[in-house]
Amino acid sequence: MDISQWIEGLGQGKDAIVLGLRIHGPTLLALIRVLLLVLPILMLVPGLIWWERRLLSWMQDRIGPNRTGTVTFPDRIPLLGGKKVRTFGLLQPIADGVKLFLKEDITPADIDRKIYFWAPAIALFPAFAIGGTLPWGSGYLPFSEVVGGLYSHLTPVANIDIGLLYVLAISSLGVYGVVLAGYASNNKYSLMGGLRASAQLISYELAMGMSLACVAMASGSLRMPEMVRQQEAPLWGAVSPLQNWFLLTPFGAISATIFLICMVAETNRAPFDLPEAENELIAGYHTEYSSMKFAVFFMGEYAAMFLFSGVFAAVFLGGPNLLPVSWERLATSNPQVGFYGWMAWANYWLGPLTFLGKCAGGITFFIWLRATLPRLRYDQLMNLGWKTLLPLAVVNFVIVGLWIVSTRASGIWGGWAVFGLALLVAYVLYLNLAALNKRSDLSVGGRRVRMSEADVTRTIRMVDPNQP
Amino acid sequence: MTGNQIAFLVMAAVALLGAAGVVAFGANAVRAALFLVLCFFVLGFVYFSLGAQLLGITQIMVYAGAIMVLFLFVIMMLQLRGHDLSKKVGIDIKSPLAWMFGIALFAVVFQSIVLPMNMTANPAVTSDLGKPEAVGSVLFTTFSWPFEVTSLLLLIGVVGSILLAKRRI
Repeated sequence: MDISQWIEGLGQGKDAIVLGLRIHGPTLLALIRVLLLVLPILMLVPGLIWWERRLLSWMQDRIGPNRTGTVTFPDRIPLLGGKKVRTFGLLQPIADGVKLFLKEDITPADIDRKIYFWAPAIALFPAFAIGGTLPWGSGYLPFSEVVGGLYSHLTPVANIDIGLLYVLAISSLGVYGVVLAGYASNNKYSLMGGLRASAQLISYELAMGMSLACVAMASGSLRMPEMVRQQEAPLWGAVSPLQNWFLLTPFGAISATIFLICMVAETNRAPFDLPEAENELIAGYHTEYSSMKFAVFFMGEYAAMFLFSGVFAAVFLGGPNLLPVSWERLATSNPQVGFYGWMAWANYWLGPLTFLGKCAGGITFFIWLRATLPRLRYDQLMNLGWKTLLPLAVVNFVIVGLWIVSTRASGIWGGWAVFGLALLVAYVLYLNLAALNKRSDLSVGGRRVRMSEADVTRTIRMVDPNQP
Repeated sequence: MTGNQIAFLVMAAVALLGAAGVVAFGANAVRAALFLVLCFFVLGFVYFSLGAQLLGITQIMVYAGAIMVLFLFVIMMLQLRGHDLSKKVGIDIKSPLAWMFGIALFAVVFQSIVLPMNMTANPAVTSDLGKPEAVGSVLFTTFSWPFEVTSLLLLIGVVGSILLAKRRI
């Protein structure tokens, strides 16, 4: 099942087609890899929109779109007459798409036409390109230590040494579409949305980069399939039957939390959807976009959500592995139990489905967040990014280093002991810093209100507007 | 002509067009900035084609991704229009000076890079010199002193910018 060998073997024939395949095989393979990444996303986006609307309405105690696609057969048809075929509104996104296509495309007056036209395309490009290094299948056959098997040829699109940096670089390009849309629309609300987006994305990129750097340090590689491979090692370097998913390691759990928050901020989703806050900015950067141009923004957002979930799955959730259980090691240590070996192969072949499931789980998380949390205020957004996530990520960087050194020196218990110690030190430091950073000017003569109890104390300082 | 040369020529042409666009669209600050983004982005791919992966991705991440976004941010904040930039004050000696230095720079570049490059069929580094492992290990062994000094410089820059931005610390 080795495709490169198959292509090599084709060269034995003298056929022109076969010869062409041998020469252009790698190019064709690359094209197939791109299509295998992009086509499923393009096909899944309508499904994701349906899923978001149904799940959100379920969480908000509504029904949501459940009618489109329901067919009632007329009575004159035998057997089927009067019966209903329900599709749970699955055709709703298609109807929406048709509506968006047929709507009038309004272009506002006095805009920067070229940039206005190009902005949606520029927004869509990084949303899809981010998956360029995403491995959706295992690059290693079960019970094999060398790269091989079907999936190693089909995924990722580019197996480069700098896979993780590529994700960061492309996600940092994601801001252009939004900013340019905001600028070109010649609308104050759009411009505000664009400005907010650029400030937000720059702020959260730093914490995201730091959180990924921690994981890169632990796995010792920036190559995505290699990072997945590192997560198949024994848990914490000691527990052989389990896999070392970075989410399950202490430093990785912190990193994963930071990355998850930054991921939501990078895709401009609730509760970080300030660039398109509808009660302040109408629709933010895409206020002036209608018809298909708006649909392109919409699609870019969903593709970015999907692929960021994929990055999270690959980096923290063990990529295409179904469970954090190493069936291969179990099978090698218990050769009498055939089930383990069978599971190892099932785990390998079902890898793409598992990966898709993890991406869907990520999307569900996005929707759940949107249903649960109210939008952040702008200062809260900046405080969270710069004063909480970034310092936490930097501290985590130190913790990763300590974890690596201590597990090498004194095994797993040493690692956990050092981790606990580091947490304690970090907590004491935090308390001291919080005491130092407390603003003294707020409590003196300021407002103190206790709402719930009977003895309400309220001291309000009156400010004379004429006094400086 | 090898494939490597063709790839290089295409990318160099796009990068040069981008660089020319920066100057040609000088009156429209946002478009000039966008052409600079294009130039930086394609330069990253030139580095890729030479085998310098880490340098290329850093070019895209830092210059195309971060610095140019800040440029755009400032341009949009100030709402710069064309006529703000092209105001002429007094006698302008910048233009002849720019031509002089430009031609001199081009002569140097042509003499030291373009002429030897004609003979190079495959300019990519064949070893792993441009890979992150190699760059990292050199950075933390041979060049650890300049590396640390640079980090100190960046720290001073951060502290300085905070001092400038905040009146009350």
